[in-house]
Amino acid sequence: MGTATNPLLLTPAEIEALLLSLKVSLVAICWAFPFALLAALALAHRSFPGKTLVEGMLTLPLVLPPVVMGYILLVALGTRGGLGGWLYSQFGIRFVFSWTGAALAAGLITFPLQLRAIRLALEAVDRGLGQAAATLGAGPLDRFWNVILPLALPGVVAGAITAFATSLGEFGAIITFVSNIPGETRTLPLAIYSALETPGGEAQAARLTILAIVLALAGVGLAELAQRRARAMLS
Amino acid sequence: MSVELSLRHRFGGFTLDAAFAVPEAQVTALFGPSGAGKSTVVAALAGLLKPDDGHIRLNGRPLLDTAAGIFVRPEARRVGVVFQDARLFPHMSVMANLRFGWRRAPVKADEARIDHVIALLGLEHLLVRKPGKLSGGEKGRVALGRALLSSPELLLLDEPLAALDAARKAEILPYLERLRDETRTPMLYVSHSLDEVTRLADRVILLKQGLVAAEGTVFDLLGDLEFSAATGAPPYGAVFEVTVEDTEHGLTRLAFAGGTLVVGRLARAKGTRLRVRIRAEDVMLAREEPRAISANNVLAATISAVHAGPEGEADVQLDCGGAKLVARITQASVKRLALAAGVPVFAIIKSVTVDSRILPAPEV
Repeated sequence: MGTATNPLLLTPAEIEALLLSLKVSLVAICWAFPFALLAALALAHRSFPGKTLVEGMLTLPLVLPPVVMGYILLVALGTRGGLGGWLYSQFGIRFVFSWTGAALAAGLITFPLQLRAIRLALEAVDRGLGQAAATLGAGPLDRFWNVILPLALPGVVAGAITAFATSLGEFGAIITFVSNIPGETRTLPLAIYSALETPGGEAQAARLTILAIVLALAGVGLAELAQRRARAMLS
Repeated sequence: MSVELSLRHRFGGFTLDAAFAVPEAQVTALFGPSGAGKSTVVAALAGLLKPDDGHIRLNGRPLLDTAAGIFVRPEARRVGVVFQDARLFPHMSVMANLRFGWRRAPVKADEARIDHVIALLGLEHLLVRKPGKLSGGEKGRVALGRALLSSPELLLLDEPLAALDAARKAEILPYLERLRDETRTPMLYVSHSLDEVTRLADRVILLKQGLVAAEGTVFDLLGDLEFSAATGAPPYGAVFEVTVEDTEHGLTRLAFAGGTLVVGRLARAKGTRLRVRIRAEDVMLAREEPRAISANNVLAATISAVHAGPEGEADVQLDCGGAKLVARITQASVKRLALAAGVPVFAIIKSVTVDSRILPAPEV
């Protein structure tokens, strides 16, 4: 631990875990965002038969035990069977034992968080403004881009950052689905787990824990900041 | 006819069943109590509501025809709306709000038009502000400008003054008058205030429980006792148009169909057309022409109807050379003077309210 050669005083393994965590989480929220946005648009201000059921299904990734999610992903996307086998044989795409699998799992599990935040933000926008925009000649897409989305942005951004911070901590689904491979799928929580499994690794675990806490605080602070800036835009 | 519509729509406890027209270059007031269906008419015209049944034509173009399955979306209607709550886009500056509809108009007015509307509505010093930093009256003016710049073929004003206090109303009314006097866009002005209707409208449609209860010009209706009875309010008084004749000895003479009115000095050119209002309480009646009287205005008229009120009062409808006047007196006086339809009388007018409307003087 005395070999710190960088200003953050982190070992290469720690930096590796940190960067991997950031990469996995960033990709996770980015791929899930468009789906969450579409689902939120479909659900906001609308009622249709079976809506409650659909809403329940969309919340499932968050309420199911992560290990169960990881197992489902493993069964569905493992290279030996079903969808995963087909993807691998046709396109050479493989999620298991890969960081992309970790991003897939983390994005799926935090999808309900993004969906909920976007939906609440969209529903909080005064519908009268959309109507006003329509009478001024703006079509549906125009209204969405220029009126509804800018006004919903604070909520949308806060939702994305919360989802990002949450996926930094994803453990169960990642270890079940893509295992614990240093440099590939060993994100911060997995690194902490590995350190604890190693005799005499408590100090290492403590350092990683502090790192995780700092990261979480930074995420919360960022969410707050983003919301404030977005609100300031409106006044 | 510029806009004609016929709508049937069931909502709440009753059915809206209204058909009327909004002529070009005129302000038509849609007047009526809350819940009469005024907002439903506005929403249907703007395309924000799909009525059960009916049709709307704007300059010959069908916007709605339920029988033919036609429903034009609001963004393609070219119907501008000034909402009661302004509905400015809070994330955009006043200028961006003004340009929103202008940019999207199918036939874009030139840039000079924006400056013109800004000047017309006195918005010069507000352009960089966000709506959150505007007063209620300022918001109303920006909303007006925004709707105007989208070059609508019909402008709907949905109680634009209702949410404002008296001072703010007084601030925005002159702008509405300027707008009315210079634009040829037909306007439908929704209101439940007869004062606003008197100042702004050319025609009035009284909507009551979803039905058109009365329809006509401001001059024909406001001084009409049947109209007052339909509104359930005391007579509003007569409203008519006069022409400035001359000013002598500190008095200005105003000519109208029923004779001449004399009022305190008005700094208005000869030939200027003005709107005046004579309240029913300000009219006294005499069977013989009064002499040696302080009132400046005594007009010969004929009684056309007498309505007895519930509290001993009587409203007398007068025909004064075609102009409708109303006098509010007591039933005791009606009896004493033997007033009845057809009886010639002299109307003694105690006070005349002159409206600020200025119409272009006729060519000399």
